[in-house]
Amino acid sequence: MSIWEYANPRRFMALSARVQPWVWGVAIMLSGSGLIWGFFFTPEDFRMGYSVKIIYLHVPSAFLAINAWFMMLVASLIWLIRRHHVSALAARAAAPIGLVMTAVALLTGAIWGKPMWGTYWEWDPRLTSFLILGLFYLGYIALWSAIENQDAAADLTSILCLVGTVFAVLSRYAAQFWNQGLHQGASLSLDAQENISDVFWLPLVVTLAGFVALFLALVLMRTRTELRRRRLHSLAAKARLA
Amino acid sequence: MIDLGKYSFDILLAYGLSGILIAGLILQSVVASRRTARRLKEIEQ
Repeated sequence: MSIWEYANPRRFMALSARVQPWVWGVAIMLSGSGLIWGFFFTPEDFRMGYSVKIIYLHVPSAFLAINAWFMMLVASLIWLIRRHHVSALAARAAAPIGLVMTAVALLTGAIWGKPMWGTYWEWDPRLTSFLILGLFYLGYIALWSAIENQDAAADLTSILCLVGTVFAVLSRYAAQFWNQGLHQGASLSLDAQENISDVFWLPLVVTLAGFVALFLALVLMRTRTELRRRRLHSLAAKARLA
Repeated sequence: MIDLGKYSFDILLAYGLSGILIAGLILQSVVASRRTARRLKEIEQ
């Protein structure tokens, strides 16, 4: 059985209807327990004090803001190469989630930055590339809404997604590319030496897994909505022709 | 209530604003999903 069979809208709707409640359950359980663990049951950091509790929102939202764009990139490439409508609509469905996660990451970063860096905002490479990524999300959503022909909109937004990938990559690696910025390196890494202390790391990983599940649950729900909207449009077009 | 020390306002502000944004996104997604499902059901019937 090929994965491309799920590019069929009917098959996708049937499978997603079965999977969705489980993904929501995992999302609520993991993100809820991770946030409660991080907020109530972790000590203060010796440098950051209790402001370290903001990382349980900042790191997962920043991770999703960047990776939602990469998911949109993969879905856009599938649309451009194989012309599967489900993938184009999944990319469209993911964009508002990415935008909200970018806003959460920027807000929590700014709130944390004031007591730690002495400023809400600095034109640091990572912060600036993140802000531009947020603007790309806005442009992507606006472009989808501005074009009536859905296939043309999918084509143009896919091209925009390819261009915006530069800023998604910059947002991820800016702290390593330019070391003069204020933003520190990654809090989570495959290299155990670079990770934050276990007492903060464990609840952070649980919250991160919860946010990823929340993203999947929302993408499934919003893609189903987009497919239904598409069906409504085609029924309306048929009714006009009849 | 947990004592968050001198950063309590910043921490609660971060959690409050993030909660509003994420809850708003979930609510908008659920409402749009239910609305389109209902409209499609009405038309197909």
